[in-house]
Amino acid sequence: MAQSKKSNKPVVWFPFAAGGTVIAFFIPVIALLTLMVALGKVPAGLTYAGLHGWLADCVLAKLAVLGIVALSLWSSAHRLRCTCFDFGLRIDTLVATVLYIAAMLGSIAAGVFLFRL
Amino acid sequence: MSQKPLIREVPPASWYFRHPRYLRYMSREITSLFVGAYCVLLVFGLGALAGGKESYESFLLALQSPLSIAFHVAAFIAALYHATTWFNATQVAMKIQIGEEFVPGSTITGAHYVIWVVLSVIILLLAGVF
Repeated sequence: MAQSKKSNKPVVWFPFAAGGTVIAFFIPVIALLTLMVALGKVPAGLTYAGLHGWLADCVLAKLAVLGIVALSLWSSAHRLRCTCFDFGLRIDTLVATVLYIAAMLGSIAAGVFLFRL
Repeated sequence: MSQKPLIREVPPASWYFRHPRYLRYMSREITSLFVGAYCVLLVFGLGALAGGKESYESFLLALQSPLSIAFHVAAFIAALYHATTWFNATQVAMKIQIGEEFVPGSTITGAHYVIWVVLSVIILLLAGVF
């Protein structure tokens, strides 16, 4: 590899590490909440009135949710890329492109949905 | 004469059966599949919420299918496994030095667990679970 070529690793790696921390802190409790919904016990904060009330008027809440979703998506995409490689799928460029584009599209969609509330 | 370096042949798709440590590594890798799928589900949930009351409530109803319950249990376990292994790794990944001494690893990991529990309880309170 040429010496002058700059590595893109920090750009990919930082959101991955941040996302790993965000997933660790937030996804278990969020998954617990939606598991309650799946079991038919909808918490007050997850009803339409409740969640809409939280998110519709508070830009900070929107940004927090967007940050959690976007970073988690990016981190998962990066980890899935490594997972594919570890399971013997040696088409890394294709896998990385597909997963990173999916993560970006998901993040953009989340942003659009949140600010359309 | 070919100058082939000494390379051990490693089976690319089944190498992790060679050692329990590799299996633990791979089981943690697989959690990313469930967490990633769960994040996609969250995006769809936000989409349903943006679509109005009716679309959101049909989304909530769709979550109650047996398949969805099974997926949520799997995603919850995967997220827990990711979280505990992540916090256990912090003491290796982020060493904190005060003066001459390093802060003990158990303190760093323990602090993460405390913050995790406090954050989770706050979110459950805000969501009106208690």
